[in-house]
Amino acid sequence: MELINEIIVSALIIIGASFALVGSWGMVKLPDLMSRLHAPTKATTVGVGGALVASMVYFLALNGTVSIHELLITLFLFLTAPITANFLAKAWLHTQRPVDLPRPDKRDWATFDTEHRDTP
Amino acid sequence: MAHAQPTTAKQPTFRRWFPHPLLSLTLTLIWLLLINSFSAGGLLVGLVLGIAIPRLTSSFWPDRPRMRNYGKLFNYLLLVMWDIVVANLQVALIILFRSNTSLHTRWVSVPLDLTNPEAITVFAGTITMTPGTVSCDLSADGRHLLVHCLDAPDIEASVRDMKQRYESRLLEIFP
Repeated sequence: MELINEIIVSALIIIGASFALVGSWGMVKLPDLMSRLHAPTKATTVGVGGALVASMVYFLALNGTVSIHELLITLFLFLTAPITANFLAKAWLHTQRPVDLPRPDKRDWATFDTEHRDTP
Repeated sequence: MAHAQPTTAKQPTFRRWFPHPLLSLTLTLIWLLLINSFSAGGLLVGLVLGIAIPRLTSSFWPDRPRMRNYGKLFNYLLLVMWDIVVANLQVALIILFRSNTSLHTRWVSVPLDLTNPEAITVFAGTITMTPGTVSCDLSADGRHLLVHCLDAPDIEASVRDMKQRYESRLLEIFP
């Protein structure tokens, strides 16, 4: 039983770590900032997720207690990661103003719209 | 710092102490999860936080997000978790085995049927958390979402996918 637990925990850690590694490799390999932005979303989902599930399994198997901190970490990550990505993207849009943006029907994107800044 | 609004004095006592009952409950629960054990003292501190924080910040929450169908919300969370795992594999394969020149990296404008701000936030967050797509901006009238796709050979299909998979479900969850 102990052996099975250890195998499960190690497998989860290795899966998480390999996704984090691929995410980091993506940061190096991909050509521009906006593409690179896709890499860390990987590291924060399955990368961290693998380690968190491993930690829960470990504590469950070791002292039979349910550890819930991991769920909170997941929750905070899911709340903060999209906001960080959005800030980075918006800052980039402000400085670069790419030419290949699709245009919405009526008003421009909120970053560029100068009429009056009302949030929907 | 934050003042209680003058109107709150006229409201019934329950509403005054719990302007957002669900938020109070969530804060208490999160505090108990943070200390990772259950005790009377912990519960008391949690309750104090659950009462104080919503009251102090109530002026930042003019409206309550109205939600129905919590069962569907749970299903939605499970679906998103599953999609995150699948999309992770897809993006990992893209990073490892595709050359940069063969990628169809492009911007996509997603027309929104959602009008509820909370629902749009959840939709944008879902798009960002599923690897391969990052939501970047909202049009000023709130009718379009700007999404950056790492590899989207077919724009129409990507948009249809996002709308059918997530937006249609969110429309059922948020009225």
